[in-house]
Amino acid sequence: MTDTLLEIDHLSVDYETGRGDLKALRDITFDVNKGEIVGIVGESGCGKSTLISSILRLTAPNTRFREGEIRFKGQDLLQASERHMRDLRGADISIVFQDPMQTHNPVLTIGQQMLDIQHRSKQSKADKLAHAAKMLGAVGIPDPEARLKQYPHEFSGGMRQRIAIAMALMSEPDLLIADEPTTALDATLEVQIIERLQELQREFHCAILFISHHLGVIAELCDRVVVMYAGAVVESGEVREIFHNSKHPYTRRLIECDPGHIKERARVLPTIPGEVPDLANLPGGCIFRDRCDQAMARCATEVPPLDQLKEGHHAACWLNHEEVTT
Amino acid sequence: MEKSHSELGQIIVGVARDPLGLMGLIIVGVIVFCAIFAYWIVPYDPIAMDIKSRLQGPSSAHLLGTDQLGRDTFSRVIAGGQVALKVALPAVFGAMAIGLTLGMIAGYGPKWLDNLLMLFFDTIRSFPTVMFALAVVALIGPSLQTVVFVVMATSIPTYGRVARTQTLTLRNSEFILAERSMGASMARILGVHMLPNIIGVLAVLAAMDIPTVIALEAGLSFLGLGVKPPTPSWGALLKDGYSLIRQTPWLVVGGGLPIILATLGFTFLGESLRDVVDPKLRKQR
Ligand SMILES: Nc1ncnc2c1ncn2[C@@H]1O[C@H](COP(=O)(O)OP(=O)(O)OP(=O)(O)O)[C@@H](O)[C@H]1O
Ligand code: SF4
Ligand SMILES: [Mg+2]
Repeated sequence: MTDTLLEIDHLSVDYETGRGDLKALRDITFDVNKGEIVGIVGESGCGKSTLISSILRLTAPNTRFREGEIRFKGQDLLQASERHMRDLRGADISIVFQDPMQTHNPVLTIGQQMLDIQHRSKQSKADKLAHAAKMLGAVGIPDPEARLKQYPHEFSGGMRQRIAIAMALMSEPDLLIADEPTTALDATLEVQIIERLQELQREFHCAILFISHHLGVIAELCDRVVVMYAGAVVESGEVREIFHNSKHPYTRRLIECDPGHIKERARVLPTIPGEVPDLANLPGGCIFRDRCDQAMARCATEVPPLDQLKEGHHAACWLNHEEVTT
Repeated sequence: MEKSHSELGQIIVGVARDPLGLMGLIIVGVIVFCAIFAYWIVPYDPIAMDIKSRLQGPSSAHLLGTDQLGRDTFSRVIAGGQVALKVALPAVFGAMAIGLTLGMIAGYGPKWLDNLLMLFFDTIRSFPTVMFALAVVALIGPSLQTVVFVVMATSIPTYGRVARTQTLTLRNSEFILAERSMGASMARILGVHMLPNIIGVLAVLAAMDIPTVIALEAGLSFLGLGVKPPTPSWGALLKDGYSLIRQTPWLVVGGGLPIILATLGFTFLGESLRDVVDPKLRKQR
């Protein structure tokens, strides 16, 4: 009996475009255990949203799953029926999106929306409303009964994001996916939401897959972190290990620029000179080569494999191989 | 449900605060009142002939005079209003309901279905209304139902296209993606989440459409394609007035004035409604 909840196993996903296949995800492998918080960091365009939409199987029509599996509680979601996926969404797997100003229906009250989201439950309407009010209280919305009668535009951005979190946790999911839930909020609100999320996680014991641009938030919240670059995992491991003993030049550059304090924020990831490779026309060798100041001859010809360096610490860089061989 | 009542109340208050909206509300109110209570308002039977007192001018006995058969024009104007609404309301609401359904299916369904429905809408729209009416009248004969059918069929595409555009925009909106991510079925997304976002726009369109439909009914009756002769209709009044303009100008007034008033009233109401409903939607987004 393992306590693995979600296993991403050698997942490769392409987008079919006019320029040929855009290899948005390549050979992604990592796990999320029950009750664990795993962070995913990476620049814009590295494939974070593609990964989430693949897990939920709500991908764009031009998406092609090339290889690999996404196993949730042991079952491959890429093979599951549409009906089964719909049953999982919002029940076992929930999601909170980036922009709280966009994620609620503008013409329905929060109460109506929270009722609607409980459509699977056989409880009476009064019980459902009571449950909704309780959840609003749990995320720190004062006077929840009265606020259920209000429309989304009557709430601030921070409140709306709390409501989104309340709605996502309503069904007590096993996995909560948070796609940059605090990027659209200012720093103080961000800290509040993160703290609230930590409390709720302890209460509900759900696993969280937390996507962020902000290393400080990841350091504060997560147990483990997966660093993605141009559609591939370049490093993954425990947060402390990654921050103090990083084994990939890309991760090290990220940490240099954003030292990982939740209160000092870098809103956008620091810019590292050089260009991200064209995903539709990938060069051979290491994908980070153009921007790496430690690149060697070997990096231009051979793709570094994602190796386990230590229990639970993986990195894809030839530098580690030098270390291993010497 | 008391929720939606207060919502409706808010909208009505909003319209009444706007002077043009208030005017529209009053005019439409009077027209609707007269139509509902026409039976008690008319001083004479609108189709009763009285040859002795034909083609009279206004008098205390006949407020708007009489026509070539001695029928009381005022009574015919009031009863004509009832006919106009009997055509306009079912036609507009029928067209709205059908257009809404087809438009949402087109906007949310697969591409081939969308293309098929758009082809259907474009085909209907490409017929000139009068030609279409002529064909239908030739097939099933002139009657109130024929007019309702013609008007409804010709306005379905307008509602359908607006509903489709709205659905297409909503479909890619983030809150719909959020609903899908939370496991909502297609029926739930369309019925619970999209419909309330679309209905407001269509209601405004319907209010603005009613005068067009009233004018269309009058036009068809004027051409003899509308309601059958003894039935009072503003268009029929206008037609009689047109041919008898040298004998008495009052028939044209009786037929024309209510059409103008109804057009203004519903247009004011529709525009004011749009201003009340729209900024609200914008603020909520
Ligand atoms: N439907 C699509 N068709 C073609 N290319 C796409 C499509 N969706 C995304 N892409 C491309 O795939 C790559 C990964 O995109 P994705 O949205 O997953 O990145 P992301 O990490 O979520 O970025 P961000 O931080 O900006 O949200 C990008 O290069 C993007 O341009
Ligand atoms: S493999 Fe080479 S190019 Fe790639 S990150 Fe390591 S050192 Fe840099
Ligand atoms: Mg994204």
